[in-house]
Amino acid sequence: MATGSVEIIYRGVFQKTLAKNICREIVFAARKRGKVGITFSRYSDSPERNGIPAKQFAVVADTDEEMEEYLSRYEPGNNDATVVCDDTLCKGIESWGWNGVQPINGLLKANGTLLVTSTRSPNSLIRDIHRKGAPYDLAIIKAPASFSGMWVYRDDHTDVRVLGALAKVAPNVVTLDSLVAAINEPKKDDAKTASAKRAYDEVTSTKVDANQGNEAIPVKFELPHMSQMEECLVVRGEHVSEQAPGWQGGYRPGRNPVFKKFSTRSMRPVINFDTCTKCSFCWLQCPDSVFNVAPDGYYDPDMEACCGCGICKEVCPVADCVTMVGEEAFTDHQSQWELWKKDDKKYAEWLAEKQESEVTRSHGLHHVGQYAEEIAAEEKRP
Amino acid sequence: MSIAEVDKPRAATAPVVKRGETEALVSGSEAVAHALRLADVDVITAFPIRPYDTVMQYVSKLIADGEFDCDFIVAESEHSQFEIAKHASAVGARAFCGSSGVGWLYAFEAIAVTAGLRLPLVAMVGNRALDDPGAFGTEHNDALAVRDLGWLLCWVDTAQEALDTTLIAYRVAEDHRVFLPCAINCDGAFLTHSQAIVKLPSKDLVNSFLPRYDRGDKRLHPDNPVTIAPQVNEDWLMEMRRQNDLAARRSRDVLIEAYAEFNAKFGRGGEPFIERYMMDDAEVALVGMGTLAMPVRVAVRNLRKQGKKVGFVRIRWFRPFPSPELQEALAGVKAVGVIDRDYAFGSPLMGGVLATDVRSALYPAKDRPKVVSFIAGLGGREISTDNVVEMAETLFDAARGAAVMEQDSYWYGVRE
Repeated sequence: MATGSVEIIYRGVFQKTLAKNICREIVFAARKRGKVGITFSRYSDSPERNGIPAKQFAVVADTDEEMEEYLSRYEPGNNDATVVCDDTLCKGIESWGWNGVQPINGLLKANGTLLVTSTRSPNSLIRDIHRKGAPYDLAIIKAPASFSGMWVYRDDHTDVRVLGALAKVAPNVVTLDSLVAAINEPKKDDAKTASAKRAYDEVTSTKVDANQGNEAIPVKFELPHMSQMEECLVVRGEHVSEQAPGWQGGYRPGRNPVFKKFSTRSMRPVINFDTCTKCSFCWLQCPDSVFNVAPDGYYDPDMEACCGCGICKEVCPVADCVTMVGEEAFTDHQSQWELWKKDDKKYAEWLAEKQESEVTRSHGLHHVGQYAEEIAAEEKRP
Repeated sequence: MSIAEVDKPRAATAPVVKRGETEALVSGSEAVAHALRLADVDVITAFPIRPYDTVMQYVSKLIADGEFDCDFIVAESEHSQFEIAKHASAVGARAFCGSSGVGWLYAFEAIAVTAGLRLPLVAMVGNRALDDPGAFGTEHNDALAVRDLGWLLCWVDTAQEALDTTLIAYRVAEDHRVFLPCAINCDGAFLTHSQAIVKLPSKDLVNSFLPRYDRGDKRLHPDNPVTIAPQVNEDWLMEMRRQNDLAARRSRDVLIEAYAEFNAKFGRGGEPFIERYMMDDAEVALVGMGTLAMPVRVAVRNLRKQGKKVGFVRIRWFRPFPSPELQEALAGVKAVGVIDRDYAFGSPLMGGVLATDVRSALYPAKDRPKVVSFIAGLGGREISTDNVVEMAETLFDAARGAAVMEQDSYWYGVRE
């Protein structure tokens, strides 16, 4: 039996077209080799939520029966390759049910290839990627998180570069010849063919050992049994008065203790408490009630609740109070207010360092004219 | 066309034309949208709800790409969406609408009268669990809610079947012997969000199979002064209900005709009403609807390799219910297990809707088999091949005469 499969992990809406285009070519290339191909989504809503981690799978089999056997599972494990279209997802992927964090390499087979589009180094990505417990290869395609094909965003060949690399690392899913044939139908496209071939020739990978990577145990949430669930769909929240030590006098909304968010966001707000005027706009406007009110009246975003939308930055009237910083700059979810209270000088240094990773391209419409600015900025890049 | 002519069968359709098929990689929803294009639907109304909204997204794309011309009306709610489509159908436009889960139920009033008015609207239901709790996954209770109203209801398994069945649905619904609305059910996520290669027939071929919708002299038009749906009471209503009942009965023959012609013209389509899988010498059989067919077929194949004689019947048309076909297909089978991706709390079997109907259909059969109710896959939970193997084992126990629950249901996949 020869079945091959690829898992494409992407940011909802923005990279949906990219994921779809990659999968489409895999299916058509399979067709060129007389095989059966199918592709399907997981965790994706329709319309998808902005930036939500989502998946699309492409499966290739010799016969319909083999395909059926493979698909008769909810989510194919043992994938030949996992493609990560946004490197901030290397921290893990959360399903829409918020059932904890799944390591990004969780459904990759041993000795399979994790293919990431990123401008970061392998070591910096391995720092974020959970230990697999089995060896695998990490391949990087030098590219920022691409919005290729979405709306007005230009086609930047990320799809064919990924496909070309896949032909090298996962030849039982897609071969270069069949891929080139698929790319050139219905219209011949020399530029795309060249990009695919270059990626095929140039892709290199790093061996990652079974025990290499982030040693933290991914946040896991045990699904309760029926006998443990309350009748009438009641899910208990945290009681507002039961607050963490040192927080007496402040206010935290009563959050659902099991619905937490981690890798959902690609960026997070960092707060300059020295310039904050306590105007409360962030607290009022945050759609997820992420801000805790500290005992001294400052607003502290809870990183287990934030989805990184950036609205707090938009509504903040102070120029340098809220900065949206890329997730790659963080390895934890600690309280910024607590850090600042403990040592405000050290916090100022921490803040300055984080602000260097400010995100200029947001996952969403940030402001009118944003697209033109981004294109201009990209064109200035060396 | 006069009322007297309504019950007459239609004239033979045009001769076979060249197939001229193309292929596309599309999801179940997108396949339905392509069928709407091929059927040249006049009015499509829309209001978004997952997973049905993938149809409206794709219809919009086909229109924007210049491939499809129709009046595409985005309503302000599901109720209005179905009202608009219903009225479009009344004035003689071929109409389409759709929804999922509670969206479908929000339109219930309009949905109920569409059947009462005998309007041949075709709808797609992207099956979704009913809220609360908010859940995206598939359950069949949304569409099953209308099962008694005169709507023709079918469940499809693949994107190709979704496309083909949409064409068949228009032909049957718009047949003057029927004039009933039809809902095509596609399991949310499993079918609506999975893309496979689908054969797209040529418009000429579709035209040769599907005549234009002709409302005849029942058309609501200033030149044709009629009153539709006046207020009536006990002195009128029963006759109207009986007419509706007879139309639902007539739909069986019209479906059989439509499948025969579809098979002849398109070279596919299969048997109307049910699909039989490894049923020839089956001692026990599983029965179900929709995409659960996939793990069931895999499990049946694996059990057959061990010499265990199990088969599967996938019910394609739930209304009209295929009682004669089931009686024939399940004759000689010792035990039948019905897998419901739905629930019917407090019902006679304490089990599923389908199990209740299957047992009822088999009651008059000679040597009727035992009928066991299985509930599985609610909210889109995976029905594993292991689950199906366990179900089959229960049926083999029943076939051997062991005691199994016949007045209760077996639930699979519950974390007790």
